[in-house]
Parts: sequence; structure tokens; C-alpha cells
Amino acid sequence: MAKRNRGSLQLRHVDAGSCNGCELEIASIFSPVYDAERFGMRLEASPRHADGLLVTGPVTRNMADPLRKTFEAVPNPRVVVAVGDCARNCGVFSGAYGVEGAVADVVPVDLEIPGCPPDPQTIITALRGLSGT
Amino acid sequence: MTSDLLVVTALIGLSSSAVGAMAPLRIRMHLSVALTIAACASGFVMAAEVLHTGRAAVVHTTALLPQSGLSMVLDRFGALFVAVSAVVGIGAMVFRLGYHGQGLSSRTASCILPLFVTTLLLVPAAANVTTFLFLWELMAVTSLLLVLVDHRRRSEVASAGQWYAVMTQFGAAALLVGLVLLATHTGSQSFAAIAARSTHLPAGVRDSAFVLVVVGFGSKAGMVPLHVWLPRAHPEAPGPVSALMSAAMVNLGIYGIVRVGDGLLGGGPAWWWLLVMALGALSALFGSLHSATSSDLKRLLAYSTTDNVGLMLLGVGASGLFASTGHRALALVALVATLLHVVFHAVFKGSLFLSASSLQQATGTRDLDRMGGLLRRVPLTGTIFLVGGLAMAAMPVLCGFVSEWLLLQAMLHGLPSSDPAIAVAMPIGVGALALTGGLTALTIVKAAGIGLLGQPRSTGAAEAHEVGPSMRLGAAILATLCLVFGVAPFLVVPSVVDAARSVTRARIPDPLVGGWQVGLAGVHGALAPGLLALALLIAVTLVAGARRMLQPTPARRTQAWGCGRDLQTATMEYTATSFGEPLTRVFEDVLRPAHDLDVSHAAESRYYVEAARFHTSLDDAFERHAYRPASVGLGRWGALARRVPNGSIHRYLAFGLVALIVVLVVVG
Amino acid sequence: MRTGWPAASMVAVSLLQVVGVLVGGPLLVGLMRTVRCRLEGRAGPPVRQPLLDLRKLARRERTTSDETSWIFPLAPLVLVGSTVVVAAIAPLLATDPAYGWSADLFAVVFLLLLGSVALALGALDSGTAFGGMGASRAMTIGALSEPALLVVILALSVPAHSSNLPAIVTRSLAHPLWLATPERLLALVAFVIVIVAESGRLPVDNPSTHLELTMIHEAMVLEYSGTDLALIKLGESMRLAVLMALFADLFVPWGVASAPGPIHLVVGLATTVAKVAALGVGLAIFEVTVAKLRLFRVPELLAGAFALSVLAVLSALVVA
Repeated sequence: MAKRNRGSLQLRHVDAGSCNGCELEIASIFSPVYDAERFGMRLEASPRHADGLLVTGPVTRNMADPLRKTFEAVPNPRVVVAVGDCARNCGVFSGAYGVEGAVADVVPVDLEIPGCPPDPQTIITALRGLSGT
Repeated sequence: MTSDLLVVTALIGLSSSAVGAMAPLRIRMHLSVALTIAACASGFVMAAEVLHTGRAAVVHTTALLPQSGLSMVLDRFGALFVAVSAVVGIGAMVFRLGYHGQGLSSRTASCILPLFVTTLLLVPAAANVTTFLFLWELMAVTSLLLVLVDHRRRSEVASAGQWYAVMTQFGAAALLVGLVLLATHTGSQSFAAIAARSTHLPAGVRDSAFVLVVVGFGSKAGMVPLHVWLPRAHPEAPGPVSALMSAAMVNLGIYGIVRVGDGLLGGGPAWWWLLVMALGALSALFGSLHSATSSDLKRLLAYSTTDNVGLMLLGVGASGLFASTGHRALALVALVATLLHVVFHAVFKGSLFLSASSLQQATGTRDLDRMGGLLRRVPLTGTIFLVGGLAMAAMPVLCGFVSEWLLLQAMLHGLPSSDPAIAVAMPIGVGALALTGGLTALTIVKAAGIGLLGQPRSTGAAEAHEVGPSMRLGAAILATLCLVFGVAPFLVVPSVVDAARSVTRARIPDPLVGGWQVGLAGVHGALAPGLLALALLIAVTLVAGARRMLQPTPARRTQAWGCGRDLQTATMEYTATSFGEPLTRVFEDVLRPAHDLDVSHAAESRYYVEAARFHTSLDDAFERHAYRPASVGLGRWGALARRVPNGSIHRYLAFGLVALIVVLVVVG
Repeated sequence: MRTGWPAASMVAVSLLQVVGVLVGGPLLVGLMRTVRCRLEGRAGPPVRQPLLDLRKLARRERTTSDETSWIFPLAPLVLVGSTVVVAAIAPLLATDPAYGWSADLFAVVFLLLLGSVALALGALDSGTAFGGMGASRAMTIGALSEPALLVVILALSVPAHSSNLPAIVTRSLAHPLWLATPERLLALVAFVIVIVAESGRLPVDNPSTHLELTMIHEAMVLEYSGTDLALIKLGESMRLAVLMALFADLFVPWGVASAPGPIHLVVGLATTVAKVAALGVGLAIFEVTVAKLRLFRVPELLAGAFALSVLAVLSALVVA
């Protein structure tokens, strides 16, 4: 993956039911302080333009289908990055009535980033493994 | 030989009309259509011969028309229009073979249609006022009857027929007065004699004749503000008829203005031509704006005819303006550009109207908002529409591009002149041309993109099937010509130059360079459509090869991306109305769209909305602000006048007495 | 006018121009992005980032939706193909590229318009709401910028007595003072506005927006992926480079090789690259300082450009 991308990584962000804690951290990796764009990373508006998905939050029932459809819309080969503990194992929401499951229960996950929420440094380091920069 | 062909063309045309009226139902249509095609073919051969040799076809006979006799002379200028009508006629007639419905198979229609085509072939040959007006009226009446063939089933047809009848007769009246004015003041009604003596006429006669003639021909050509019948009549006419009207009949309006303005009157003062340019710019802008915001496919095409007529008038006006200020070569270039646009407009508008009729037949609707996905379902017809549309949008390597380019060149090279009229008129003309061009591109993207691409928006569109082979062939002939003329304009340019020279009687060398390219003699640089086509083809092939090499696997088909929502249906797509909405808003002051929002509230509380209905409509501003009030006023006046004759015999006797006294007073 | 086979040196110029635009286009976009990032207080991606993106995208899978026809895959080819033709015949590095006599300014504009029309049709072919929205907006803005563009061309062509690009450039090189006339300056401003509108930059369109409802150009290409997307991104950056190089040609032509020979060509290449880069930096700085206009304010901007272009023509006539 890292070899294929070599310095260019575009992801489509999907909030599958997050508390928006992870969103704040993702927003801040593109801020002047962390500036993930210098490693060739960008968030894309369309999954068609992306190399994969950046999924946050436990997957709620209403977001399970949209998540599958979004995954389906990404051209091959595609990666799924589960950001935060909720995305990995539903975190504090595990067992809640509206939750379908973790991201891995809905779409195949290639990379997990732990933390509640993970700090920007962790996210960038993990993503740099994907883009090979 | 050409003179014989003229007689032959007329005779075949009339006989096909007779066959249409009398032959038994089983063979009626095929026989009359075959004969009409033969008439068109003979007309085309005659026109080509005249264009080639320059020897006019002449027929004079005193037997057919009272007083004046029938007098026909087909020179190169007229021959160009005959050739155009013949080509459109062949396309439309081949199309007619497979076209069903809308009442064209009735005995009346089978008799009238060949007659209409024949008049289209003969009008440009008329050489005196009576012959011309006779053929012109015959063309008007036959086309009116053809518009009306379906009036029993649809009330819009009857209304369209009324508008057309009134406007065309108004135009004919203006023509009659204008031409008779010329004939009486020159003492002869032959065109040649008028042309020889018209320069000595008083300015007042010349001016009023020209204005009347512009009004008369302009109403036939669909010039704003006399265009109101066109977006009604052309869509309601049966497919082949609408193609003939839009692609061949409106040309004769341009023919008339040039024939009288340049030919009979031998040019005139600058204000004539500034008037024509202003009307042209107005028509171009108004037509393109309405066609860009219309969602009825045939109405859209009808308005685009007004738009293209506007461009032609812009060219005619520029040509006259150059001539009146002494720029003879440029005047010829502008006229050549105009005539090229006449030829090219005929082929692309013909293919557009024919393929639009096919689409209408395939889907059962002409509302763009109910089409979509047709390029996959009716591939050939869809491609024909696309080719015709891109040619109209002046896309490179299709024909419309060449004529617009040449018109731009004429305006550009006219600019360095010191004449203030030219200095002001040309930039505005170019601006109008450019805005029209941009709006036409938008129109075509809308018509082709909404109508042919994406998902089908109705069951009619989803279940559409390709139309019959002759309908495809008829439209394909014209679409192929769009491409051929676009790549190789040298096939028509020399003939058009000859035609333009014959009407202006300008004894100047050919202002264009010959060969594969189109350009002005003595100017650096030229347009090379063939070269551009080849270069584009090579570039696109190379890029396609590169794509194939980088990604050999074909594209994966998957559901369209709709933000992950469940339903990704056709109702989510943009419609033609929504496509034109930004433009409607930008030009709100001109278009004045009417919005209507009906909200009904729930019984329990006014805060709950039960249903909301939004309705928006775009009327023609001229129709609403000029024609409607005028027709209402006329109606009131008629109602008042009707009170005067109340049936009392005494009153009528009194009228007679009063009239007698008035006459005696006036005469005495 | 030379209409025969072009000399080998002219073919070389054309090839160099095409290659230059193919590589230079993405680099120009990268340069502009880097400048933007620096002004926003960020390090930003390397200048070659668009090339890295293209290399990756070119090998990714292509997708098309269920209902698309042959228009959808054809559109990116036409976009790139038409721009390549313009790059080959326009006098970007030297005044005599192969078939330069056919490099008419109007023809160039219509070739670029062909690319836009193809892209809009491709967007509608995807059958999604955003495709239609983008196509509608892009075509509306395109239609409204057309008058300004053509009248600017008129203003530039009048003194050269030709709308042929090499003729205009040659004339400008021969009469340097002509470049400082009022008509030039008016035309320059109008042309800048048109470039901004045609290439979808701020304040007309925000190329880096993520919000579909504010998109114009980006909304049209939402459905493209993989190699097709690479072609579209390449085509768009090439168009920007071509437009800027044309701008440089028309308003600051010095350095464009007017005599044959490799030395002149190297000088031409160096000066053109420098001019386009400077223009790109200028445009990027301008972009940082303005906010995006409301869609329905854009027509006012374009009407202003049209008014300036008409003034340019009129002053050209007064001066002449």
C-alpha cells in the first residue's frame, strides 16, 4: 500500500456515529500546527476520488448501509482506517441499542488507530505508514 | 438544360401532390414521397448546375398567372437556397417514410406536403412581384395547413395555427405593400427592371419599401419581435414539417431581405443595416435566452431557430453596413459568412428537428424533464441529436463553427475603419454573438445532457426503442453533412462565394483563400478545420491509448455515488428546468419568470403544512406585453363595432345614405 | 502564409510545448497550492505533489455508474486532447510552432470550450444530482464569460489586423510601446477575470471545497475515479497553464523565441516558465486575500469584465 501510494493519500471521512471527538482531532491534523497536507494527505469530498475511508465512531444502525455504500463507491484497491476506540470496538457505546457494531463488523478494516480520541500525532503517524512518507 | 430542369422540378412536385390527393391509400404515401424526393433531387441538380456554370435557369410563360405571367429566373444566389431546400427536403422526406402519427397520412396532408416542398424549391426562382407573392402565399398557406393537420386531437395545435396564420398574413401584407411600392415607382414588376431602376427612386420610397420588406420577411424568418408564432407552430407541426419549416422555410426570410436589400435596391444607407443588425442582435439574444431556459425539446429548438436567424441578420446587417461605408470586400465576407450559416443551420437544425421528432416518437413526450438515458436506448438517434446540437453550439470540427468564425472575422476586420457606426456596432455585435454562442453551448449541454444522458426520468424514456430505419436514415443524412461540412468547408465555400457575388453584383476578387483552410485573403493566419479535426483525433486517440496502457481493466460498473443514501433514483437528477434555473435568475429582469406557491395548511393548526405546490412558468415577454394586450384591445374594439349593425333595416339604409353623402362630398 | 509541411524545428517546438504543458500544468497547480499554504502559515505539500497524485491515480481502478453511456469515458479524453492541440499550435515558446498559421485565437477559445462542454456532458451522464448541479453552474458561468473573452480577443486583434496568435505576438514584440496603451491595460484586467472564471479559481469557484452545495467545477467530476480522474485533473491543470501562458503571450511577450535555433528556444522556455510561475504566484496570493463570491454575484463580475473589454475595443479605435 505504502509503495503504491508513495506520497499521496486521499481519504473520504465517514462519521458512522461518532461523538465528534475524533472529528476535532482529524480537523486539527490539517491545521497549521500538524499540517498533514505536507505528507500528501487530503480529505476528499467524493469516495470516488479517495484511496480509502477514514471511519470514526461506532456504526449506528442508520449509518451501516451508507457506510457499506461508501465503501462500495471507492475504487479498488481501497483501505479502511478505523479512527478511535469507538470505531475499533464501539468503546463506551458498546451494547447501546442504536449501535450495529464496530466498523470491522460492517466493512473490512485495514488499519486501526486507538485512542479516545487519538491525538493528532498518533493519527498522522499511522496514516504516514499508508502513504509511505 | 437548367431551364428544363426547373419545369421538370415543378411538374414532379405538382404530380406528387396530385398523387397524394388521388392515389389509393395503400400506395399513396410511398408514391408521393418518392415523387417528392425526385422533385428535390431534380431541384438539387438544377441548383448545382446553376451554381457551377453561373448560367441562370429562365422560364417565362404568360399562360399561368393573369396580368403578369409566370416569370422565373434562378440565378446563383437563388440556386444556393434551392439547393439547401432540396437537401433538407430529401432528409425530411426519407424521414417521412417511417414517420407515423400526427395526421400526416390523411389525404389532405399527403396532397399538401409535396406542394409545400415544391414551393420551397420554387420561391427563390421567382423573378417578378406577382410570381413571387403567389409562390410565397402558396408556401404560407400549405405550411399553415400542415401545422394544422392534428388540430382535432390537440387544442394547442389550433391555437398555434391561429398565431401562425395571423403573423404570416401580416407579414405577407407588409411584403405586398413593400414590393408593390417598388413596382409602381419603377413602372415594372420584373425584379430585373426594379433592380435596374431602383437607384433613382426617391429616398422615402426606398426607405419605406425596405422597412416593409424587412417586416414581411422578418415575420417569416422568426425575427424578434415578430417571432411569437414560431415557438408555437414549429413544435406543434408534425416532425418532417417542423424540420422543413425551421431548416428551409425561415431561410427564405433571409433570402428575401438580401434579395431586396442588396439585389433589388442595391444597398442602402447605414441606418437600414444598423436596424437589421439591431433586430438580429435582439433576436439572437432573446432566442438563445429562451431556448436556454425552455424545457420543451421542440420549443427549445424553435427558439434556437430565432437565435440563429438573429445571427444571420447580424451578418446581413454587417454586410450592408460595410457596403454602405465602402468596404466592398468585407461586405462580401460578411455575406458569405451569413450564407454559410444559412447552409449549415439548415443541416444541423434539420437533423436536430428530425431526431427530436424521433425521440418524441420513441418516448411519447417532448418534455426534457421526462426524458433521460436515451443515448443507451436509442443510440443512433441520440448520436444524431448530439452531433446536430454540437454543430449548433459551434463546437470545432462541426459546421456551425466555420460560419461563426467567418462572421467574427468579418466583424474584426471591419473595426479599424474610421466610421463611428461601425466602431460602435461591431463590438456590440461580437458581444451579442459571443453571449449567444455561450448560451447555445449551455442549451445543447442541457438538451443533450438532460434528454439523452443519465437515468431515464419516466417509464416512456425507460422503455424507449430505436425508431425505424428510414427515420434514422433521413436524420443521419443531415447529421453526416454537419460533420462533412465542418471538416471540409471547401465543399461549399466556393459556391457560397459565387452566390454572394451574384446578388451584390460586386465585381471584386474572391476575398477568401482557397484550399483546405478558410481564411481572408491578405490576412496572416487562417482556420484549418480539417487539420484541427485530424489533430484532435490523433490527440484523443493517443490519450485513450495512454489510458488503456495505464489501466487495462475496463471500468467497474457500480451504483452512482449519492452520498450513501438508499435511493438513487431519477428524481434526484437535475432536470432541464433546474439546469436553466441559475440563468433564469441571472436574467430575471428580462425573462420575468412567474412563480406560484400554494401552501395548504392542516386542519388542526396553521403551523402544520399539509401540502405545498410550487409552479413556475416562463412566458415570452413580447407575447405578454405586446401581443396579448393588442389582441385583447382588438377583441374589445370588435365587440364595440358589432353593436353598430343590430339587424334593423332602417339603420342599414341610414348607413347607405351617410356613405353616399360622404362619397359625394369627397368627390365633389 | 506557410501551409505546407512544417519544418522539423517547428515540430520540435510543438512537441516541447506539449511536454512542457503536460509536466508544467501539474507543477503550476502544485506551486500555487504551496504558496497558498505558506501564506496560511503551513508548510504545505511539495510543489510536485500533483504529479505524485497523478501517478497514483493513473493506476487506480476506473468506475462508472450503472446508467452511463459512451460520453462518460470519452469526456476526459476530449478534455485532455483539446488542450494538447491548443498547446501544440499556440506560440507559447516560439512564434512559429508547427501549424502556427492555424492557431487562431477564436479557434483556441472554441477548442477550450469543447473541453468544457465535454466535461459538462460527462457530468450529466453520471445521472447524479451533483453532476447536474455542477454542469448547470459551470455552463452558466461559461456562457456569461464568453462575451468578455471574445471582445478581449477583438481588442487584441484589431491592432494586429489578425486574430492569429503568432501574428499578435510578433506584432507585440515589434511594437513594445503598444503594450502600455490603455486598451491593453483594460483588456488585461478583463482577461484576468475571464481566466479566473474559466479555470474555476477563487473568487468564482473554490477548488479545494468539500461542501458539495458550494461546488461548481468539483461537483462535475465527483463521479470520476482512477485513470479518468487523473486525466481530468491533468486536463484542468493543463488548461490553467495554457491560459496563463496565453496571457503571458498576449500581455508580456518578451522572451518568446522569434527566430529559429536552440538558444532562442531555451531562452523562450526559461522566460515562459518564469512568467507563468510568477503569474501563478500572483494569482495564489490574490486567492488567499479574497473570499468566494456568491454564485449570483459572479454574473456582476463577468458583466464588469465585458464592460472593460468593450472599453478596450473603443479605446483601441480611438488610439489607432
